[in-house]
Amino acid sequence: MVLGSGWDDGGKVMKITFVFSILFVLILMTVQVQAAKTFVYCSEGSPSGFNPQLATDGPTFNASSHAIYNTLVEFKSGTTEVEAGLAESWSISKDGLTYIFKLRKGVQFHSNALFKPTRNFNADDVLFSFNRQRLSNHPYNKISGGNYEYFASMDMGKIIKDIVKKDDMTVEFHLSQREAPFLANMAMDFASIFSSEYADAMLKAKTPEKVDTDPIGTGPFVFKSYQKDTLIRYTANPDFFNGKPKIDKLVFSITPDASVRFQKLKVGECHLIAEPAPQDIDSMKSNNKIRVVETEGLNVGYLAFNTRRGPFVKKEVREALNMAFNRKAYLEAIYMNRAVLAQNPMPPTIWSYNEKIKGFDYNPEKAKQLLAKAGYPKGFETEMWTLPVSRPYNPSGKKMGEMMQADLAKIGVKVKLVSFDWPTYLEKSRKGEHQMIQMGWIGDNGDPDNFLNMLLSCNSVTSGSNLARWCNKKFSSLVEMAKQTSDIKKRTELYKKAQEIFKEEAPWATLAYARVFRAMSVDVVGYQLQPFGSELFEKVDLK
Amino acid sequence: MLFVFLRKFLLVIPTLIGASLIAFALIRLVPGDPVLNLLGERGGNPQVVAEMRAKLGIDKPLAEQYWIFLKNALHGDLGDSIVSNRPVAEEFWSRFPATLELAGVSLVWSILLGLPLGILAALRRNSALDYSVIGVSLIGYSMPIFWWGLILVIVFSVQLGWFPVSGRLSVFFEVPPKTGFLLVDSLLSEEGWSAFVDAVKHLVLPSIVLGTIPLAVMARMTRSSLLEVLGEDYVRTAKAKGLSWFRVVYVHALRNALIPIVTVVGLMVGALLTGAVLTETIFSWPGIGRWLVKSVEARDYPVIQGGVLYLAFLIVMVNLIVDLTYLWIYPRMRSRT
Repeated sequence: MVLGSGWDDGGKVMKITFVFSILFVLILMTVQVQAAKTFVYCSEGSPSGFNPQLATDGPTFNASSHAIYNTLVEFKSGTTEVEAGLAESWSISKDGLTYIFKLRKGVQFHSNALFKPTRNFNADDVLFSFNRQRLSNHPYNKISGGNYEYFASMDMGKIIKDIVKKDDMTVEFHLSQREAPFLANMAMDFASIFSSEYADAMLKAKTPEKVDTDPIGTGPFVFKSYQKDTLIRYTANPDFFNGKPKIDKLVFSITPDASVRFQKLKVGECHLIAEPAPQDIDSMKSNNKIRVVETEGLNVGYLAFNTRRGPFVKKEVREALNMAFNRKAYLEAIYMNRAVLAQNPMPPTIWSYNEKIKGFDYNPEKAKQLLAKAGYPKGFETEMWTLPVSRPYNPSGKKMGEMMQADLAKIGVKVKLVSFDWPTYLEKSRKGEHQMIQMGWIGDNGDPDNFLNMLLSCNSVTSGSNLARWCNKKFSSLVEMAKQTSDIKKRTELYKKAQEIFKEEAPWATLAYARVFRAMSVDVVGYQLQPFGSELFEKVDLK
Repeated sequence: MLFVFLRKFLLVIPTLIGASLIAFALIRLVPGDPVLNLLGERGGNPQVVAEMRAKLGIDKPLAEQYWIFLKNALHGDLGDSIVSNRPVAEEFWSRFPATLELAGVSLVWSILLGLPLGILAALRRNSALDYSVIGVSLIGYSMPIFWWGLILVIVFSVQLGWFPVSGRLSVFFEVPPKTGFLLVDSLLSEEGWSAFVDAVKHLVLPSIVLGTIPLAVMARMTRSSLLEVLGEDYVRTAKAKGLSWFRVVYVHALRNALIPIVTVVGLMVGALLTGAVLTETIFSWPGIGRWLVKSVEARDYPVIQGGVLYLAFLIVMVNLIVDLTYLWIYPRMRSRT
């Protein structure tokens, strides 16, 4: 088609567009941003809100309880030990049913555009924080949905009988049963202390939900603003009772993709990144502008056998399968050797870990013999549910499932791999529809009860967290007894015995204790990794 | 014309009811429970789970739940998110400007580039330029978005340092949200021009990534549509009459070739508003797509119902505008509709 010379004008348009584009890029490059002394943490997800009582996820706790709030007792940085927080000291009655907290004097709450505190922290704030969650007739109980998931799932409503203000600086918690992990529970995020004065003011102003969206706490950082799914801004609290933080401003830059977080760290857009991808760690270590720190995690990855279904009712079958798994190979392929072989249902970072117990060695021959003894000389067919989400305790459920499938095929067990999306996986597994299921657990409070009772007791079969649906009376009574005494030595003994029963009965194949990693700029000083995987910035500084 | 508009506008109501019903039913048909999802690995005893479900109102019969949703929606209340406990409307409108800003810029540049490229390719059919446009648009169309985004980040952000890796604005600028559109808010803020430039810098890579497929579609569509029209008798007549190339192409041919192009643009707007999940994830862009996908993962029923209803409304409106544009471009349609 010949249409004459005028057709070339289209090319001119393109040339002009091109020249303008180049000019535009050059202008953009001339504007440089001046950085103040601000610490930027690239977090992995958006907080669901700023009230830790209403949440169960790490991003919310990091953005709320760890930055803005304090609890009566707290976990000593880098450990699972409990130390004084907003309570200066505490005592426990001989019968173990009363906990008396002496509160810290002179602690100030933050202020914001809506509220200026007229008094310091006192017993009313403690009462408000707990009564909101436990009393259905409390004026704040139904605010923001009123679902206190952690408080409810830890059975705190039943455990706490009453809370009494003895004087302005003394509070007594009366329990309905002896509960040794109670003190550790009080250091958890849901036990954060809110300002009752602020709550009253917001109730009066008919905007009670502001308590949850515009938080006021006593913590090291004062909340400034939240741009949804993008940024959270804080300023250092100059009146923080443990001393003003070293940085002036703290920013959470929400970056959901791990590889993008890594790129941002490389170019200096973040000082610290959450949850680096295991495959990026080596590359991070070889970068001289990046420092990688690691510690033992407070987690366990496992495969639970449904002890109420099919061949898994028989102990020999569970033992046989345990022997068929080449777990060391999984550590290499799935965890890139950034995990330790799990021998017990709880990690060695937790006191009362029974170091005498050794997990099952890889022995397919013996596994076959055991299967034959159990009446399955030719093996059997079964299903394995593979974890649909990536978790530190199991970064790739599908890949792990494929390796396990190949191992079990060697002893004649034909496995069909099944997976659902996460909510479906949770719902179906709570109903016990699975035969074998991959799962894991990240500890909440460093207490052995939080693993052994939460995941393996008869009670936890009904609550749904015991996925082996294994109810061993002896094991459960040991765990229950340990809960009833505050004598650490006695508790240790009982938990060690419970772990022996677990080994004998093999309701799970324990897989790995994953290590926890963080990557940061070499300019960051004073950062300490927490075993719970949480982030504390009060002591962090920039060179 | 007014009658046509009113008739089309009235059709919006059954469309929205249908969309809300489908969203309501589908999310409840899939297994998975919002409460169990909130509790995660820990679970909760059946009594606790039942109490939580009752507080959320998801223990009621489905018909009753839908009736409550519809009744409240008519009063402008779409309920509260199960995850954030905040009103769905607030959650939606706090994210929508980010989506619209990105989608708008992506659409504009893909049209500005795609239209002339398509025209050039059509005019120089079977030339090297034509083959290049076809080839490049084919590559653009079939490019995995996630890979393309990361490649751009690695080259232009990490290696060359020209653009930021992700986000909407550098953390060092504190721009108070007024309209939600950072290109506007930045100019209204104290930091003014430098914040605006920073916001533009943040928009460049995500809009390139998001606009790649629309650009490819645009170029190919324009090319094929224009080629078809250029072969028509009236174009030959126009040329024979001695009209200038400009009049032949831009007044006679292009106007008729625009009909399918406008249709495609309308469809692209819908796709850009809802389908930017991957781009939003790579560039940590706080938009609607990622929010809705997260809500499906969490079985956040009110967000899904409310979000779909809002989006359905917006898309229906876009379609209405497209229909009206046809009438403007192609007057003969006025009598057909």
